[in-house]
Amino acid sequence: MKKLVIIGAIALSLIANGAMAKDTLRLLTWKGYAPAKLVKAFEAKTGIDVKITYSNNEEMIAKLRATRGGGFDLAQPSQDRISFVQAKFPVYQPIDFSRVNTDQLVKSMVDAVKKNSGVDGKAYAVPFCYGTTGMIVNTKLAPDANDWSDLWNPKYAGKISYRLKRPLLIATAFGMGEDPFALYGDKAAYRALMKRVEKTLIDGKKYVKNYWTSGDTQVAIIKSGDANVISGWDGKGWSLHKINPDIDFIAPKSGALGWIDTFAIPAKSKNLDAAYKWINFMLEPENAAYFTNKEGYGTASAGALDFLNDEIKANFKRSFPQEALDNIKWHPPVPEGFETIEAKVLDRIKAAE
Amino acid sequence: MKTRNGTFYLLMVPVLLWLLMLLVIPHLDMFFRSFRFETDDGLMVFSLNNYLSFFEDKIYWLTFVKTAVYSIGVTFLAFVVTFPVAFYLTKVVAKKYSSFMVLLLLIPIWIGELVTIYGWMILLSDNGVINNFLIRIGLIDTPIVMLYNNFSMTIGLLYMSMLFMIIPMMSALESLDDSLIEAASDLGASKWTIFRQIIIPYTTPGIASGGIIVFMLIIGDYVAPNILGGKSSLWFTEQIYNKFLATFNWNEGAAFGFLLLMLSSTIIWIALKLTGQKLERVGS
Repeated sequence: MKKLVIIGAIALSLIANGAMAKDTLRLLTWKGYAPAKLVKAFEAKTGIDVKITYSNNEEMIAKLRATRGGGFDLAQPSQDRISFVQAKFPVYQPIDFSRVNTDQLVKSMVDAVKKNSGVDGKAYAVPFCYGTTGMIVNTKLAPDANDWSDLWNPKYAGKISYRLKRPLLIATAFGMGEDPFALYGDKAAYRALMKRVEKTLIDGKKYVKNYWTSGDTQVAIIKSGDANVISGWDGKGWSLHKINPDIDFIAPKSGALGWIDTFAIPAKSKNLDAAYKWINFMLEPENAAYFTNKEGYGTASAGALDFLNDEIKANFKRSFPQEALDNIKWHPPVPEGFETIEAKVLDRIKAAE
Repeated sequence: MKTRNGTFYLLMVPVLLWLLMLLVIPHLDMFFRSFRFETDDGLMVFSLNNYLSFFEDKIYWLTFVKTAVYSIGVTFLAFVVTFPVAFYLTKVVAKKYSSFMVLLLLIPIWIGELVTIYGWMILLSDNGVINNFLIRIGLIDTPIVMLYNNFSMTIGLLYMSMLFMIIPMMSALESLDDSLIEAASDLGASKWTIFRQIIIPYTTPGIASGGIIVFMLIIGDYVAPNILGGKSSLWFTEQIYNKFLATFNWNEGAAFGFLLLMLSSTIIWIALKLTGQKLERVGS
């Protein structure tokens, strides 16, 4: 009996020690957003241990909501998915901009993110990187595919793929010549628009090979030749272009969808110092450029441009001529309740024959 | 009767803690959550709406039924496919080889479900191994579509669940005395009669426990239907996942979770009744 108690006590103290031995930063982020080289450099520079958990927007919200903003010191949600979450389940804390080295950031992006992530006049996010959702096309087999509407074009029957999630509904609306973002203030009109989007996608379903579900399946389906015209992320398209020059990212005529991923601090962050240090470290020009060179996504760091590879610069030039750049549709914050409308639409499309 | 001293109760603690913290409390939480509903004013009230929404929308129904039918079907397929394997490994092949073969069967489990599923994608894709082979030997001209449909989903589910069927059946078969089969054979019973009247009744507990495990694994699986199932495959777990993660409606998700729990429990109860098995016997 006594022995058991002692063993128990030792075991408990070991567990406790293991958890508190070092200064740690618990980071909740996307795959690729914390490159190993930068993590090592950060750990060497600050002595802070970085613990990374990979996630996506939906899971980030669910995780933080389950713990009421605990369990992580820093998260990286997309800017359009912050304010409605914060308004309903307060999982983040306001950013103290005096601790963020804003001089090294692109000012217009900081201001946009401040505005979009704002709740009651407080801002909850700092921009980190941006990118677009557009199309990845095998230009040899489908040379004319250049618009969202090609995702339901019979010409590419059996060779089309996309991710059946909310960006696709938005993209389809743009492909139909509508402007879904303009209807963000009018729930009834948005519902009606989604009904039309639903019809378009159900009618076009017979041409679809499959819905991809993750970055990996996105790459796999076009690389293997199972599809030639897919929706996709610019970074993924460009890295495919490197392997197979026939495949490339294309900004759709009716507008690529722009997203900005951010840094946001969970309400119960235990290591604010480390969180701000990481934010400033990752946005230093050299480090931000390393990230962009590696992953292909644009950065919010102002000075990073000087450190970018020619190949990365060429990607932007090739896929985004000036008019395509001007035509990027940046995601405004999602109004509350809209995702419920969209989820029903997505369900019905998935269930349709 | 032996007296129970302090050590007994101390050793009980982990068991009780496990049951309470990991089973009872989470389920109670989910149960209460499933009856809470957010009104348009943002108030949380007691309501059956979460359950009603399941009955109101046809999609949920269809998915529910499809999930149940496929789970039963794949469980049966798993039995059909693995019974000869289990029989061969226990009754036909020499003991020293059979344990090595069982080890081989285990290998897919070491790799993990996701990786084996990607493996199947490589095999079944339009430009995949199987299609390439068939075209090379001149059997077909254009690739057969095998990936992203119910066929590939069934294969994926079957592949990851087979082992859980084999092991319980093997342990049941191992205890079957060979002399029973020999005696029946001597008395003139045909192979089919032996199979139906001796082997099957004797191994039913093993089949039932394997069946329960496989059925549970399949009905609660998320990865195989999601990746291999293709554009029309809605699995009920996906609906639950969407409730929690896409629409943030945890209350409805909890209600759906309970519906799935009730569905699988009911099906297993019916199966046990039909085969005349008792849960206690199957579970041991």
